Amino acid sequence: MTPQAHIVPLFIILPLAGAFLTSLAGKRFKGLPDLLGVASTLGCLVFSLVAVRLVRLAGVLVYSVGAWRPPVGIALVLDGLASFMLVTVNLVACLVFVFSIDYMKRFTSKWKFTTLFLLMLAGMNGVIVTGDLFNLFVFLEIASVASYALVAFGTGKQELEAAFKYAVMGTVASLFVLLGIVFLYSFTSTLNMADMARVLAVKGPSNIMLLVSVLFLMGFGLKAALVPFHAWLPDAHPSAPAPISAMLSGVLIKSLGVYALCRIFYNVIGMTPQVSSLLLFLGALSMVIGVFLAIGQWDLKRLLAYHSISQIGYVVLGLGLATPLGVLGGLFHLFNHSIFKSLLFLNSGSLEYATGTRDLRKMGGLMHRMPVTGATNLVASMSIAGIPPFNGFWSKLLIILAAVQAGRFGYAFWAVLASLLTLASFTKVMKYAFFGPLRQEGKGVVEVPFMMRCAMVLLALICVAGGALLVPGIREVFLIRATDAVLQGLRYGTEVFRSVV
Amino acid sequence: MIAYILCLTLFCVGLYCILRKRNIIKIIVGIIIAEYAVNLFFILVGYRWEGRSPIFSSDTPIVDMVDALPQAVVLTSIVIGLATTALLVALAMRIYGKYGTFDITKIRELKG
Repeated sequence: MTPQAHIVPLFIILPLAGAFLTSLAGKRFKGLPDLLGVASTLGCLVFSLVAVRLVRLAGVLVYSVGAWRPPVGIALVLDGLASFMLVTVNLVACLVFVFSIDYMKRFTSKWKFTTLFLLMLAGMNGVIVTGDLFNLFVFLEIASVASYALVAFGTGKQELEAAFKYAVMGTVASLFVLLGIVFLYSFTSTLNMADMARVLAVKGPSNIMLLVSVLFLMGFGLKAALVPFHAWLPDAHPSAPAPISAMLSGVLIKSLGVYALCRIFYNVIGMTPQVSSLLLFLGALSMVIGVFLAIGQWDLKRLLAYHSISQIGYVVLGLGLATPLGVLGGLFHLFNHSIFKSLLFLNSGSLEYATGTRDLRKMGGLMHRMPVTGATNLVASMSIAGIPPFNGFWSKLLIILAAVQAGRFGYAFWAVLASLLTLASFTKVMKYAFFGPLRQEGKGVVEVPFMMRCAMVLLALICVAGGALLVPGIREVFLIRATDAVLQGLRYGTEVFRSVV
Repeated sequence: MIAYILCLTLFCVGLYCILRKRNIIKIIVGIIIAEYAVNLFFILVGYRWEGRSPIFSSDTPIVDMVDALPQAVVLTSIVIGLATTALLVALAMRIYGKYGTFDITKIRELKG
């Protein structure tokens, strides 16, 4: 174990410690939850940026928990893909928490919110850094249980119904994941992901792996809200408080769903043409059905939730292509989507905060009353619709180019079509909410407090500058490392064991 | 072999209960049953009939030992199941407080 590897458990320890201290003393000292929340999310963000640098200098970092060497004990692994995901998750978490400082003032018992928020963050970071399959399940459940409770945080009629639906479906998904882990354990006699990759590479294909693939696709597909398994998302995401919607849509479905799928199918089981074509099909299906369902919505947050399904389709389509360009596009779109979708949900939260409604038909002409929200929403809308200088354009372009390059012209066509329909539906949002005449109800509306504006402006700046990640020089550090980690396939096992010694 | 088939049956009973029942409490019971079936299956995977506990000593040969790892892992899984069940029951109580019923066909505020 190298001395640099001691950074890896910090991503779990920091938010867990924050959650523990908040639940212990947050009720008595009023400012403490905010302070602890900002400190631990900012700490995680700084450490994740350090981690990117460390991975560049030292390669894969492996931390053995309790000093038990990997095939026996639990290993925490930090490689290119993990450091990429850590930056994405902690960047969004930090900015969303800054937003929630002012937003959550309307709710009672804010310390409970902070505790659950940090627990969810600990679970997500744990899923990303763990190198042990059962440990992944444990962190998955920590993040999921915290998110069920957060969806129900408002304890209104709709929130409770959505949370129950989400909790039941999420639990069933976790059961499928656990069942898949049991079959994998009985086949390979190990729970360590790197060891499993080595054993499976020796054993070769078998029928039991087909069963395991189906179980994992169902389990993680449900967590990622791919189309046949998406029914919980349009209820759960709009019902949560806006910062939590931003976290759920922005990073939770990606770290628990897409990242876990990607890690297991590429690095542990090994990508097969069947799984690849299944992922392509599910991705294209989510992309098109999500956007069709989104266009007709009048509830702003519900519309955004359907767009999450559609955009996750793009990410899975890119990853399913299994070519270097496709994976690069998929991962870049994952990063971009977490930025602009969390910004859009924060904007919807600001609108709800200022006007008290989520119905687009009751808004109108708010551009002059809320200039910051309006401008940032315009930036995010153009990003998600794929208008050139913004980040969403570059990643969608990469995915479409990769589909054409791989000879999948049909999928490229559907990707272009879904992008046009996304543009149409966000034109509707801008027209009804921000442009047009100011309505009678909108006369008293004022711009939201400073902290909320601050978070939105920062996210909008990242949307504008996001395309710079593709510039040669920056690209190699951040995106190419993650793509290489995905594409190394089963060599993941040997890489991890080489850096243990 | 019969133990595995019974285990599968138990899992299917749980899934049927989750998918077909209308009462919230019955759905929660279905989740518990399915969860226990998975835990039982994990124990069965590592179990050996006529086996002995995995204690290493110099004078006994290493044969016919029960795999202890699934048992340790299932303990964790049971605790996670407890947390999920507690949360679900708490949600069910709040839902009953708001709607006055446990019937999911009458709890339909969200659609579209």
